[in-house]
Amino acid sequence: MDIKFSAEDIAFRDEVRAFFTAEYQGGASTRLSDNVETDYKSGIVAWQKKLHAKGWIAPGWPTEYGGTGWTSTQKFIYETERGLAGIPDVVPFGLKMVAPVIYTFGTEEQKARFLPRILSSDDWWCQGYSEPGAGSDLAALTTSADYAGDNYIVNGRKIWTTFAQYADWIFCLVRTSKGIRRQEGISFLLIDMNTPGITVKPIVTIDGKHSLNEVLFEDVAVPTENLIGEQDKGWTYAKALLAHERTGMAEVADSKRMLDGLKQRATAEVNGGKPMIEDPVFQMRMSDIEMELMALEYTELRVFASMASGGMPGPESSLLKIKGTEISQAIHELQLQLAANYGGALPSGLSNDELGHDFAAEARGKYMYGRAATIYGGSNEVQRNVIAKAVLGL
Amino acid sequence: MNFEFSEEQTMIKDSVSRFVREQYDFDTRRGIIESDDGISREFWSMFAELGWLSVPFAEEYGGFGGNVEDIAAVMEEMGKGIVVEPYASTVVVFGGLLSASTNAALKEQVIPSIIEGACLGSFAYMEPQSRYEMSDVSTTATASGEGYTLNGVKTVVANGGTANKFIVSARTSGSQYDHSGVSLFIVDATAPGVDVKAYKMMDGQSAATLTLSDVAVDQSQLLNAVGEGMDLIEQVMPQILIGLSAEALGIMATLNTLTVDYSKTRQQFGSPIGSFQVLQHRMVDTFMACEQTKSMLYRGLCESKSVEQGEVDALALSKTVHALKATVARYGKTIGEEAIQLHGGIGMTDELNIGHYVKRLMMINTTFGDGDFHQKRFNQLSYSA
Repeated sequence: MDIKFSAEDIAFRDEVRAFFTAEYQGGASTRLSDNVETDYKSGIVAWQKKLHAKGWIAPGWPTEYGGTGWTSTQKFIYETERGLAGIPDVVPFGLKMVAPVIYTFGTEEQKARFLPRILSSDDWWCQGYSEPGAGSDLAALTTSADYAGDNYIVNGRKIWTTFAQYADWIFCLVRTSKGIRRQEGISFLLIDMNTPGITVKPIVTIDGKHSLNEVLFEDVAVPTENLIGEQDKGWTYAKALLAHERTGMAEVADSKRMLDGLKQRATAEVNGGKPMIEDPVFQMRMSDIEMELMALEYTELRVFASMASGGMPGPESSLLKIKGTEISQAIHELQLQLAANYGGALPSGLSNDELGHDFAAEARGKYMYGRAATIYGGSNEVQRNVIAKAVLGL
Repeated sequence: MNFEFSEEQTMIKDSVSRFVREQYDFDTRRGIIESDDGISREFWSMFAELGWLSVPFAEEYGGFGGNVEDIAAVMEEMGKGIVVEPYASTVVVFGGLLSASTNAALKEQVIPSIIEGACLGSFAYMEPQSRYEMSDVSTTATASGEGYTLNGVKTVVANGGTANKFIVSARTSGSQYDHSGVSLFIVDATAPGVDVKAYKMMDGQSAATLTLSDVAVDQSQLLNAVGEGMDLIEQVMPQILIGLSAEALGIMATLNTLTVDYSKTRQQFGSPIGSFQVLQHRMVDTFMACEQTKSMLYRGLCESKSVEQGEVDALALSKTVHALKATVARYGKTIGEEAIQLHGGIGMTDELNIGHYVKRLMMINTTFGDGDFHQKRFNQLSYSA
């Protein structure tokens, strides 16, 4: 039992660190902003283009389509270093969600048409799964696609669509026929967001920001060549994608970094003349989280080790999403607690100094938007259903 | 990177596991606890023959030359059978302290008798006033001639009723709470002035109040230099706490398996209760609790190795071990309470094994500091302005 990396792996880690220090800390970071209304898109796209130029944009892809050819150890190291450096993950909808479906189930034409523009971040994708009546119960979806010669005519509503306002393309699950089982008769369609009949309506979330949308389809004509695989078999493709989505959601390195930030702030914040980090109650709250994270780090390593040795992720993998999101929410909660009364202050013309805290607004935003983490990607309750069935055999 | 036990470790793990499955069923265990001795001497001799008692000892004393990973491998399986024979007390705690001591003559004398099964050991450190604070020692060791005279009272001494040798902490200098000035002596249970009042703990293991009245000990009974007892304790404590946590993990995993299996057979409202979502989610939570505990244990094992090889500082390991013990406390409680609740009425009965697993977990929690104690230690090491 040991967690040693080989000399090659350590050299790789140093290379990744050096690249991040030179290219991110110095340059790209200043353009990246949490402000989704203004410069978020240009910032993240600029960073993704740097990664693309380096050849590191798609570690998860097979090399023939533009993947890095890294070993699973290298992928793990890369993700860890990214999180520790505080670099946001790539926007997942194109690179991590639709691309695997396209290169696994798509035609050669579809691969040639879509994959290069996903790699170069020239196309922005969004995900059209959830509907007003189909959330955790995705198979209840009713958006219809009627076959009409060269086109499908799509009608319906998709909701909670992250960054649809930026998107060039949307990948959708649509109902093409009424099967015996609800999962039958669903198809996987790629739809150009510029097609007439599509309307994007913003949804402002409880952090006061606009990243979610409702997408309406009214007699939208989608060429049949945009169908992935076979008609009525979309559920199978989507399920493969969901499995892909669930891995890598522990975000241990990101949480470690946030926790370090929390400790620094708790050192600076003073209550009754004493730093908050010395407050025994606050210490217990911090260590509740830190100990859980120390364990989760090894849970992640265990999953990774079993995959690196060619095995399938064991039962421990299914808890990564649940624990990972619960931990990040708990850290957000303590950050907001540290901000005390300042946590409620909305953006104004006042400077950070005048507001007393440079982290208060961020803490409020992260806390409020962070509630989504246990809802998306298969809510944590759905994840528990999955473990109950697949692991415990209930 | 790997999280597998070695081939050798797997062999010994399998052999303990087979013993628990084939020879240590619940009724056998109950019979042993109700016997006069409270332990099975027959099984203890068998442990000796199978080499289990030699695991952590150096080869020069006839030991297996194992490390903390080997101890964890054995302890996890012992936990699955809630084995009452004093393996932890004799081999892991008493043996661990002795093994790490600087007194070669004493080691040469005592370790072989542990390995052959003749010596049952116990560590007597707790005092009526000390709770979990091991440096709070008011038992005195006063220099007299070539040796010392011990006076004081030790309470809730684990394996106190069956041990024939004790390691006793006593103050050779300083005042009651001082870290330095504590010395460790080996004392025979039959030495003049030693009074043992034994009783049973709720996990079926024995304990005792140990009263020392003018007990004469020789220099040669000192484990290491005078006044440096706490250093030895702190050196060995990570290994001891990891061993106990491995035992706890074995218990936690067993409780979860028993509970999930029961929920698949117990019918209510015309369905197995395991089909109800509210219970499923609770069992998922206990599953996660167990996996997280296992990860923390593995972290302790990996870091122990790294400390040995000089790659990680001892502080990191200390933090991990405190976190491990706190995690065992927290999740042990969750898993134990959920196991009883999900079993319902039958979970309340003495007849069923569930409550007995829970009681051993509760005793592990209070051994060498409960969850809050270790979390506070973790906080002290982690957070300061």
